[in-house]
Amino acid sequence: MDGFAHQIIAGIATGGIYASVALALVMIYQATHHVNFAQGEMATLSTFIAWSMVEAGFPYWVAFAATVMVSFLIGVLVERLLMRPVQNAPVLTHVGVFIGLLLIVGNMTGWIFGYTTKVYPSPFTSSGPLLGGLISAHELGSTAVTLVVLTLVFLFFRYTSLGLAMRAAAYNPRSARLVGIRVGWMLALGWGLAAAIGAVAGMMVAPVVFLDPTMMTGILLYAFAGALIGGIDNPLGAVIGGFAVGVLENLAGAYVVGTELKLTVALAIIIGVLVVRPSGLLGRVVTSRV
Amino acid sequence: MSASENVAIPGTIPQAMPARRGMPAWQVALVVLGGLVVAIAPAFILESFPLFQLTMAVIMGLAVLGLNMVTGFNGQISLGHGAFFALGAYATAILMSHLDWSFWATLPFSAAVCGVVGYGIGFPALRLGGLYLALTTFSLAVAVPQILKHKSIEDWTGGVQGLFLVKPDAPAWMPGALTPDQWMYFVAVGVAGVCFLLCWNLIRGRIGRALMATRDHQTAAEAMGMDTATLKTRAFAVSAMVTGIAGSLSAVAVEFVAPDSFSLMVSITLFVGMVVGGVASILGSLFGGLFVLFVPNIAEAISKAAPGVIYGILLIAFLFILPDGFAGLLRRIAGRLRRRG
Repeated sequence: MDGFAHQIIAGIATGGIYASVALALVMIYQATHHVNFAQGEMATLSTFIAWSMVEAGFPYWVAFAATVMVSFLIGVLVERLLMRPVQNAPVLTHVGVFIGLLLIVGNMTGWIFGYTTKVYPSPFTSSGPLLGGLISAHELGSTAVTLVVLTLVFLFFRYTSLGLAMRAAAYNPRSARLVGIRVGWMLALGWGLAAAIGAVAGMMVAPVVFLDPTMMTGILLYAFAGALIGGIDNPLGAVIGGFAVGVLENLAGAYVVGTELKLTVALAIIIGVLVVRPSGLLGRVVTSRV
Repeated sequence: MSASENVAIPGTIPQAMPARRGMPAWQVALVVLGGLVVAIAPAFILESFPLFQLTMAVIMGLAVLGLNMVTGFNGQISLGHGAFFALGAYATAILMSHLDWSFWATLPFSAAVCGVVGYGIGFPALRLGGLYLALTTFSLAVAVPQILKHKSIEDWTGGVQGLFLVKPDAPAWMPGALTPDQWMYFVAVGVAGVCFLLCWNLIRGRIGRALMATRDHQTAAEAMGMDTATLKTRAFAVSAMVTGIAGSLSAVAVEFVAPDSFSLMVSITLFVGMVVGGVASILGSLFGGLFVLFVPNIAEAISKAAPGVIYGILLIAFLFILPDGFAGLLRRIAGRLRRRG
């Protein structure tokens, strides 16, 4: 029974990471109806930036804050330079640009930092076992960080005028522009925020899976699954979905299919949700006029 | 291509488009002859390794053609065609190494398996328009190596170690002594040639127009009486079949299959080849195959990571500057020359 409880808690801890990445995906989807295939690679790059700062001797939290800011800028730049010119192009072009971005960022990371697996420090340490050994200090800490990030994002969108403007730009770009919101910059801001959230997720997962250029590929898949379970246009749903996928993946890995088919579980969830309930649990059912 | 096929019936061809006049028979013969010479000559000119590379380029071109059939002509974006490539390769490898089938006997079998699986995947794909299909097939591509490594099928697939095969020998009735490399090249060119011809024939007729109409405006296509669901699932089947055949060829050309050679990168490579060669272009697929085989080789001289970076940069550059790819560039140049001449 202890094993089962541990699986659930470990699932919640990894689920928090998936929830963050899922939230980053949903933020971009909501604003632009794009799914960023390069989200994982961008987060990995951010984590490597943080790693080199920690290696250079900066205190952990300084590196953390600097990385979040740099990632934000990278996100804004990507939107400005790559996505904006193809705003009105067909879906195939968008997918192509995302794949190109994935290739460039992923391979540049490997080129600059090398392909050897690196150990990334965790800021959370404890002297004794927590909750009777059910949870490690890092699991507890990273779940807390995830929850703080999610709360901040919620407060930002709910209670600040900038957050309101961003929601307006996503919901109805034309009317938003008429009341003076600079819709283009709101999209860029959304990309920046998504990149920053992804960076946090990367830094939280790196101590667990170890740091290498491909560490986020699997995580991106789970985040897709989480976002789809919750409904890809619903941030709260994405967060719940992310946690659900984390628990589900851990339980399936421990009791049903074994660890070597974990990615296939994510694939099955994605196909299952899309075929049975494409709008997800909390998403809006979209009808379009032809 | 006889002259009578290209005679325009008055009133059926829109005014804006000049009726295409067929080439005279001697020109057709010249083109076919020239094509044959270009196809056959490398086998006797090139050393064994460059010839192997050219063989692989033809095979990749065939795989890109498969992707083009469903993504280019039918508009269903697939980022997971590496899965069909792997399926074809494994079908051939398993039959050859476990059941001692000859390569030629495995080819129809692997085509049938891929076609059926592609048809099956075509159904959930119907419900997933555009981006969602891309997302799902992307996940499929990521999961492929893991599925291939799984214990339950290890007896057949050889697990992580993979399977070894042997290239087919040139048959005894062939004139001259062909090396296995030369014969493999002819096999690849022959099979690919037949597939390209069949696909071209499919696209230039009624079905091809229906596929493209479904891509461009599904509702309008339905209103015109096209059964778009059937078209889409069958396009998926044909596409999977062609890519699967390419996978079969690659298995014998490389003489080895293993799970890690079918990573996400294969699917991405096919996608890059399609965009660079030319989306919705039959001949462009061949350019795509040449591109994805030779450009990484050149780039690898710079760094291990360089091929990926260059792929990415070129992919985005083509999408921005030449969205219809290399084939589109050639078409534009030809058009300009024709107008001047």
